[in-house]
Amino acid sequence: MASQPQDITDFVNRKYEAGFYTDIEQDSVAPGLNPGVIEFISKKKGEPQWMLDWRLKAYERWTKMAEPKWAHVHYPPIDLQAISYYSAPKSQDDRPKSLDEVDPELIATYEKLGIPLEEQKMLAGVAVDMVFDSVSVHTTFKEKLAEVGVIFCSFSEAVINHPELIQRYLGSVVPVSDNYFAALNSAVFTDGSFVYIPKNTRCPMELSTYFRINAMNTGQFERTLIIADSGSHVSYLEGCTAPMRDENQLHAAVVELVALDDAEIKYSTVQNWYPGDENGVGGIYNFVTKRGDCRGNNSKISWTQVETGSAITWKYPSCILKGDNSIGEFYSVALARNCQQADTGTKMVHLGRNTRSTIISKGISADRGQNAYRGLVRIAKGATNARNYTQCDSLLIGDRSGAHTFPYVEVKNSSAQIEHEASTSKISDDQLFYLRQRGIRDEDAINMIVNGFCRDVFKELPMEFAVEAQKLLSISLEGSIG
Amino acid sequence: MLEITNLQVSVGKKPILKGLSLTVKPGEVHAIMGPNGSGKSTLAHVIAGRDGYNITGGSVTFNGKDLLSLAPEERAGEGVFLAFQYPVEIPGVNNVYMLKAALNGIRKYRGEKELDAIEFLKIVKAKTKAVGIDDGLLNRPVNMGFSGGEKKRNEVFQMSVLEPHLAILDETDSGLDIDALKAVGDGVNQLRDGSRSFVVVTHYQRLLDYIVPDFVHVLAGGRIVRSGDKGLALELEERGYDWLKDEASVV
Repeated sequence: MASQPQDITDFVNRKYEAGFYTDIEQDSVAPGLNPGVIEFISKKKGEPQWMLDWRLKAYERWTKMAEPKWAHVHYPPIDLQAISYYSAPKSQDDRPKSLDEVDPELIATYEKLGIPLEEQKMLAGVAVDMVFDSVSVHTTFKEKLAEVGVIFCSFSEAVINHPELIQRYLGSVVPVSDNYFAALNSAVFTDGSFVYIPKNTRCPMELSTYFRINAMNTGQFERTLIIADSGSHVSYLEGCTAPMRDENQLHAAVVELVALDDAEIKYSTVQNWYPGDENGVGGIYNFVTKRGDCRGNNSKISWTQVETGSAITWKYPSCILKGDNSIGEFYSVALARNCQQADTGTKMVHLGRNTRSTIISKGISADRGQNAYRGLVRIAKGATNARNYTQCDSLLIGDRSGAHTFPYVEVKNSSAQIEHEASTSKISDDQLFYLRQRGIRDEDAINMIVNGFCRDVFKELPMEFAVEAQKLLSISLEGSIG
Repeated sequence: MLEITNLQVSVGKKPILKGLSLTVKPGEVHAIMGPNGSGKSTLAHVIAGRDGYNITGGSVTFNGKDLLSLAPEERAGEGVFLAFQYPVEIPGVNNVYMLKAALNGIRKYRGEKELDAIEFLKIVKAKTKAVGIDDGLLNRPVNMGFSGGEKKRNEVFQMSVLEPHLAILDETDSGLDIDALKAVGDGVNQLRDGSRSFVVVTHYQRLLDYIVPDFVHVLAGGRIVRSGDKGLALELEERGYDWLKDEASVV
């Protein structure tokens, strides 16, 4: 796609061509990206002028950028001008009428995960009346949060109701020009989540996007912003173990976290987008920018992720350790099987004094899956007594899978202590035979070994999530004995 | 119970067992002794169903079933247990958790009800006491960082929970000091109940001081070259294996 910048310039030049200029009454916009489309999105959402200006600025920067090519993933060029950047949720008529019309594989997976029938319908996109129990759950949930002053709402609502917070923090962690996909997201994002935890407040419950059923259709360019004010604490869960049906192949989300003095944010993700069929056809491309800023002293940000889905994953949840004594953590399990490709890892940027970071990455590759860990540990000149511990383990199943490790370390302060441990192993015949001799079926034995391998990460997940993640991993590995 | 007839096994092209026959009846303890490289461990692994061996002839039946056609976990379900010479470490997998999956796997195979956590822990508690295993080991990952003695004791502990019909002990004495040896011997003796059978594979006589066999067989050159009672083991201790090796080459 080397020619793309030229294409974009062309589009910029003919931005007001007839047919492209969109009518506000319309519910979706013709494919392609130009300032008119961005104005349309912004108007449609009733955004103030500053928000539109911000989007246009991002667009302007994006037109000057090229798609990154350094990741260890291969895919056909994505034609960003073929995507429609705004479409209303699918009408009931277009959806499957009942579960009978849904891919039986998907239903089988839901059943293995023990998902109730009503939820199965929702996840599979079946036309159902969305008003059932969750709504009342949702309401009590909101009341409880309001009592302590926690703001948890859709990003669009926040733009309207809390403009001062958005203006202050949006783009302050991931600047619009940070990277190609982040710039694209900044220009065209449709919705996402916003969280603000007031000073000295401990959020009384785990916040989960799962509760926000109205945000199920946030689309392919999701935007999340979480701010933990001084002395506050929040645990946020993103995603769902059930594979979600999705019309959009390209996903480019941006997540920004800000932790002020003595604040702590724990962000857990279970990602299980459609990985495509066994030849990788139709899978989701997931290009995500996630970054946390430990802006205050003694602050802490912890990322935990379990990545089993998507055809391509390009994701590096990172921490900027600006405040003195701040702590960054990254715990990751990434599974790649069939034709899945994952290039994931983290960046820990130590700026403050006595900053500490921990990276535990577990990559599992099965079938033809390719898993790459890419990590950067940077110790800046002023980061006296910084410490990092990195452990990066790869597990191979079968003889066609691959594991790749790209650790980068930059140290500009001689007081830094950095440890890096890495291992690559195959599930050994000895381990497998031992368990089978004890009476455990071969597939169960593999699951047991894999779950053991991931234990250091699973124990960082909130309890319920951990149980689900284990189940998910087992299901994802079914039939992959090498 | 266990009937091995004219078993021939090779690894790659190399023949290891060259026509081995052995009959083990319920409640019997058989010791298989022999010099290094005589095929003792091969025999143990072939009975348990390990990959990588070519069975070129003969048969192995267990309670009338063709053992060689079963997967390792099915053999476990039939009641075959192998105490490993080198128990493998499995990071992150809790010892008791693994054992529960194993016991329930076996019960499922037999069409029995699977045990819940409470029922299972009751068994574990009782067996912990009986075998005298340090209960600190129970909740550690399988064999991780265990000493040689702890690993072998863990094998005996697993055996006592799984209650096999036939237990094969593959050089369980290797790397054990006298105290550990005695403890392992005690553990095994507790499991002798008149119907459970044992095949004890060992290089040295000393384990047989603790686990007294009904029969002793000498394996050399891929065959059983001599069988006798426990007196044979003592004779071997005195005279070594060389005189039998000569005999093997004559046969």
